[in-house]
Amino acid sequence: MATNKKKLSLKDKYQYLTRDMAWEPSYQSKKDIFPQEDFEGIKITDWDKWEDPFRLTMDAYWKYQAEKEKKLYAIFDAFAQNNGHQNISDARYVNALKLFLTGVSPLEYGAFQGYSRVGRQFSGAGARTACQMQAIDELRHVQTQIHAMSHYNKHFNGLHDFAHMHDRIWFLSVPKSFFDDARSAGPFEFLTAISFSFEYVLTNLLFVPFMSGAAYNGDMATVTFGFSAQSDEARHMTLGLEVIKFMLEQHEDNVPIIQHWIDKWFWRGYRLLSLVSMMMDYMLPNKVMSWKDAWEVYYEQNGGALFKDLERYGIRPPKYQDEANKGKEHISHQLWATFYQYCQATNFHTWIPSEEEMNWLSEQYPDTFDQYYRPRFEHWQALQEKGERFYNNTLPQLCQVCQVPALFTEPDDPTKLSHRSLEHEGERYHFCSDGCCDIFKYEPDKYIQAWLPVHQIYQGNCEGADVETVVTKYYHIDAGRDNFEYLGSPDHKRWQAIKGQKPDESQAAKPKNAA
Amino acid sequence: MSVKAISDYITQPKDTVANFNGMQVVYVYWVKHLMYCSPFAFLVSPDMTLAGFFAEVLRPAIKDHPDSTRVNFMEAQWLLNGQAFSPTPEVALLAQGIDHKSMLTLTTPGLSGINGCAS
Repeated sequence: MATNKKKLSLKDKYQYLTRDMAWEPSYQSKKDIFPQEDFEGIKITDWDKWEDPFRLTMDAYWKYQAEKEKKLYAIFDAFAQNNGHQNISDARYVNALKLFLTGVSPLEYGAFQGYSRVGRQFSGAGARTACQMQAIDELRHVQTQIHAMSHYNKHFNGLHDFAHMHDRIWFLSVPKSFFDDARSAGPFEFLTAISFSFEYVLTNLLFVPFMSGAAYNGDMATVTFGFSAQSDEARHMTLGLEVIKFMLEQHEDNVPIIQHWIDKWFWRGYRLLSLVSMMMDYMLPNKVMSWKDAWEVYYEQNGGALFKDLERYGIRPPKYQDEANKGKEHISHQLWATFYQYCQATNFHTWIPSEEEMNWLSEQYPDTFDQYYRPRFEHWQALQEKGERFYNNTLPQLCQVCQVPALFTEPDDPTKLSHRSLEHEGERYHFCSDGCCDIFKYEPDKYIQAWLPVHQIYQGNCEGADVETVVTKYYHIDAGRDNFEYLGSPDHKRWQAIKGQKPDESQAAKPKNAA
Repeated sequence: MSVKAISDYITQPKDTVANFNGMQVVYVYWVKHLMYCSPFAFLVSPDMTLAGFFAEVLRPAIKDHPDSTRVNFMEAQWLLNGQAFSPTPEVALLAQGIDHKSMLTLTTPGLSGINGCAS
């Protein structure tokens, strides 16, 4: 050993601090130490083939992260002292943060838990270390996100109890169940789901819209968080690609298993991102780009190139990719319409897009917006101007797999819901699409136990039978303050006071029409 | 396929009718009226008559749609779980096959939503 040298080369350091942290067990069997490594059917013949492109060691990792933290918190402090929230484009923007804090930040924590587990379960030291570092990154991300947004909690509503809300509110069961599905899978499926399908293939559709959205809308706290997380994300994406290539190169029997996981997790990720689609097209007062453009750049072009690369391993593009490509014209409008009608039960506000915004949507979506969606919004706007703001007072049917209301339409017919159903062991189940129905058929036992918020309310498990009681007592939404229409809301009034504008009550929220 | 797991994987469906305290869930999808974003989910008694369901449950649910006043439920076209279905107003839901987690699909010819755009 080169112990006489004062300073180790990077290569030696990596060897000592990562690969040499493993040893051949002498009095325990490897199978007992790593009991989760075999049951999914993935065959690993040589863990030494694992390549770690960053060769990052723990000591360097701590140093880099500590430096980033120091800078980040200095900027958060400055943001708070200078009342940075007053410089955002418009208070409507804060609703995107409410969605992020309740829907995405808890997933970072879920990722921390997931990577901690797989960082224990692989017998290969290189993979274990990479997962352990990612676990710490994810924990750092959830903490820094909470701190970045905590300033907004002092000035706007709906941000006060995000962790509780994540576990309970109906639409947050969409991200929660996504991650629970991944975390309850084996370690290799978890990495295919989160590292590859989510972090590598789809993350640009989550991260870029939120961080660019923050930049375009004057939210320097969130932008700074984004920069601080960027180098971590680059490492996560690289891990995602390495994981897939490693598994595919280890044994040809792995190919069909991984193909199935890619098909499943592409579709689950796509459904989860429908929430981001509406954020981009409807919730950002200053638009970055349309969801459709983002999908074309980040999935159709980048994903297309990726799957071309993977062809040589026998991997084809995800099974329902064509459906997702067609959906880019529709899902943001369908989601916003859903949240518009159910925002009596959300911790954020919704609104009708302004005339200028509707024109932007017409330009971005020349083949669909005016034909299918504008009439719906204009009808609601007319009602709102008469003081009859529309709320849907009946709970929706939820998809058994993705848990989004069954609101999506047939790929080739936007006037018809793509509802699917089947019977399994005497029970009937409903789905939003062929993609979700397929996922159920492959592993029905996993999804028959889904905690569907609508059915839970109807079973009497949510502290009340009517929407207002559930929203207030079970969700911890402050009814009349956090929820309902944006116009005339306390957030809106506060913003007008900040900007010295006169309150306009003409289209104010009229909760009388809501249950 | 069964779930691959490290031990026996035993689960129970969460939404059997027994968990709904004597009630059942019925879904209704009104075709070409996507102002209501997804099918409705109603909690109803299986003993409720279809006429009662129409008058007390479905009619109030769709009242805000401009087409709603022109809907005649008895003259509309119905599917029950994808199969053609003729409603019998005075018979209870369950007695005419509308069981737990059934979906009724309502088609109202001539009515195609706001500005005819299926909204």
